[in-house]
Order: sequence, then structure tokens, then C-alpha cells
Amino acid sequence: MAHDIAHHESSTKRIWQVFIILSIVTLVEVAFGIWKPEFLNARLGSMKLLNWFFIILTIYKAYLITWAFMHMEGENKYLRRSVVWTAVFLISYITFILLVEGDYVFDVYKDGYKSWDF
Amino acid sequence: MDTTVIKTGTEESAWGGGKLPLKVSYGKMMMWYFILSDALTFSGFLAAYGFSRFKFINTWPIADEVFNHFPFMHGVDAPMYYVALMTFILIGSSVTMVLAVDAGHHMKKNKVATYMFFTIVGGIIFVGSQAWEWKNFIKGEYGAVETRGGQILQFVDTDGHRVKLADFVTAGHSSRVKHENKNGIWFYEGEDLPSYSMEDVIKGFEKNPNLLVRTQVVTEEGHKTILSRTASIDKLKNNGIGVVEGANLTKNEYGSTLFADFFFFITGFHGFHVMSGIVINIIIFFNVLLGTYEKRKSYEMVEKVGLYWHFVDLVWVFVFTFFYLV
Repeated sequence: MAHDIAHHESSTKRIWQVFIILSIVTLVEVAFGIWKPEFLNARLGSMKLLNWFFIILTIYKAYLITWAFMHMEGENKYLRRSVVWTAVFLISYITFILLVEGDYVFDVYKDGYKSWDF
Repeated sequence: MDTTVIKTGTEESAWGGGKLPLKVSYGKMMMWYFILSDALTFSGFLAAYGFSRFKFINTWPIADEVFNHFPFMHGVDAPMYYVALMTFILIGSSVTMVLAVDAGHHMKKNKVATYMFFTIVGGIIFVGSQAWEWKNFIKGEYGAVETRGGQILQFVDTDGHRVKLADFVTAGHSSRVKHENKNGIWFYEGEDLPSYSMEDVIKGFEKNPNLLVRTQVVTEEGHKTILSRTASIDKLKNNGIGVVEGANLTKNEYGSTLFADFFFFITGFHGFHVMSGIVINIIIFFNVLLGTYEKRKSYEMVEKVGLYWHFVDLVWVFVFTFFYLV
């Protein structure tokens, strides 16, 4: 199927642009991962700001890869939603469950009568 | 697409069969849904990892200290550098894949082939690197002592630097001899003994007053607790049961065995996906060279395979964050 040739010059440029953004974001993440600055040890919710920083950047990278590299931005919006919304919903659900349950289990090990360190 | 669909005369009518639902071909749609389901599988694994890690958050190893090898730089402490390089290589191979897809839209066969070749090479380098990381992880570096409760005790000097077992322990004479199949009538294979016995370690430790024991418990600042000299000797004598070198599914010198289990399982699963992606890419690469897609007048197959390859990259981005960074 003949694809629209019209904006093909720009698509190669976009590919390299996205690659550069991804590389910079990865570099920044790794730098912070090695440096681990003190001021990011503060907590927001139950997670260090540093970890929030990593997770948000990772989601941004995932968005770039899916939208630009996997060409999701060019797909029909209903196909896009059927894949992305499903994934976001289900992943949020399982994350929610594990955080709540994990919190409970952690409390049991901390305050309950199970001991294992000797 | 036009040359691979048989015309039935009912095209253009909505329920007649000629229209593409959601404007994509069957193959591409199915690839997307497969990717969706595989992504959910991996998120299940990562959720399990998060749960287990959170449960043992006080004693989980610190990734910087475990993954600090760099090829050809023996003995250099290079935390995270190699895994960052691996990430770049995989992202780079994703870029060459997109460029291959783009060349396919222009029907430029040679360009497609070249870019696919680079993608395959990038993938092979990544898998090789992952295998190398596994090797280093399995071999271990410093060695540690395991306690009765399954905890790990590591050794540091008074400056806080890690010390290898080999640096202060000398293997004592052992009356146990390793038998081989040819030596006995009845031969039962068992685990090898670690290089040092507990007595050797205690003797070596006592001889060297600069050594301290480091437990796995994480303090509020995010460092591992270092015991005082008397507490160290106490811990070694009363709680130590044996030496642990390296890591496998049952023993881990870096800390919790769960850490090793999850590391092998998740990176193994991911590596398996990369491997299958490489194989599929090779098949499509040969098809490109043979001119299959020129005849078909469409390089959509390259696109579909590209989707799978990007998915593999996507998973790695998440695994990298949750295992190495967070």
C-alpha cells in the first residue's frame, strides 16, 4: 500500500530527533542513578523523589518509542486507544493491587510476629 | 496489501470484506494485540519483582554495587556504565529498525537490507552483553558468608571499601577430596565445596584487625550497616554457617536469593525475546535480500517485525529502570 510520500523527508529527521531525545534522557537517568543526589531522597507518597524521577522519565521514553518508533501517532485513533488505554488501565490496576498488598505484607513482617533475621 | 488480498467483488461495502477495520491490515493489528498481551506479561513479572523487593526492602542489594563490571577493564569499579551502554545499543538498534521501515516505505530495497543488518548486529551485541553480565553475576566477585537465617555478611575494611574473601583468607587443608566418576564404583554427584571453610574465614578475619563485617540491613541513609569489630567477630562465630561465592538460583553472595532469582528470570525472559526477535529479523532480512517484498510491492512485513523489535526495546527500558535505577 502506497504510503503518503509527502512528509517522508521529515520522518527521517523526526526519527533522529527522537533518538537524540531518548539518548539524552537515558544519559540523565544513568547520571542520576550513579550520583544519587541527597536532595532527591525526600519522599512523595511512599517513594523517594529520585524514584519518581526515574519512573516518570521512563514513561516518557516509552511514550516516545511507542508514538514515534512504533508509529502509533500515525495510526487510527481507535486502534491507538484499544492498545494504549487497555495497557494503561490493566497495568495501573496490577500496580495498585501490588502496592496495597505489598504494604500490608510489609507491615505484617515489621509489626507482626513473624521474624526471620538471625 | 493490494496484491495479497483476493478480490471478491464486495470491496468498499462496509460488511463486504474489503474494508480494513481500524484502518490497519490484519497482520499489523494482530501484532499490536500480541505486543499488548506480552507487555502485560512483563508488567506482571515486574509487579511481582516490585512486590518481592518491597517485602524485603531492608535487605535488598544495591544495584550499583552488583553491576559494576566493564569489559576489558578488570578490577575497575564501573557502576552502571555497561548496562547504560547496553541500553544505548538497544535503542540504537531500534533506530536502525525504524530507518529500515522508513526505507521500506520508499521501496528502497538496499537501504532496508543495510539498516536491518545493523539492527541484527545491535541485537546480537545486546544479547552477548547480557550473557556477559550473567557470567559476571554468577561468578561473583567478593564472596560472602551466609548466616543460619539465610542472611549475607560481606566484608569491608575500616575505610568502607569492599574486601574480597581471597584477600584475607587462606584455604586450609581439607580432608575432603573431590572424587570423580572414574574413581569410584558408586558415584554420586554433588555440589562442589566453596573455596574456603568457615574456620578459614574466621581465622583470616581475626588475623586482620582492619576488617569489619557488613550486613544487608539498609540504614536510613541508604547504606548497608557495618558492624563494629567485636560485633563482627561475634556474628561470624555464632551465625555464620558457610561461604557463598557467586550467585545462582539458591545462593547469592550479593544479598537476598530472591534478587538473583528475579534477575535471572526477568532478564532471561527479556533476553529470550531479544533472541527470538533477532531470529525473526534474520529471516525477514533474507526475505528482503531475496526481493520477496519487492514482488509483493509492500514492505509491511518489515514494519510488523519492527513493531516487535520496538516492543523488546520498550520492555528493556522498563526492566532497566526497575532493576538498575530504582
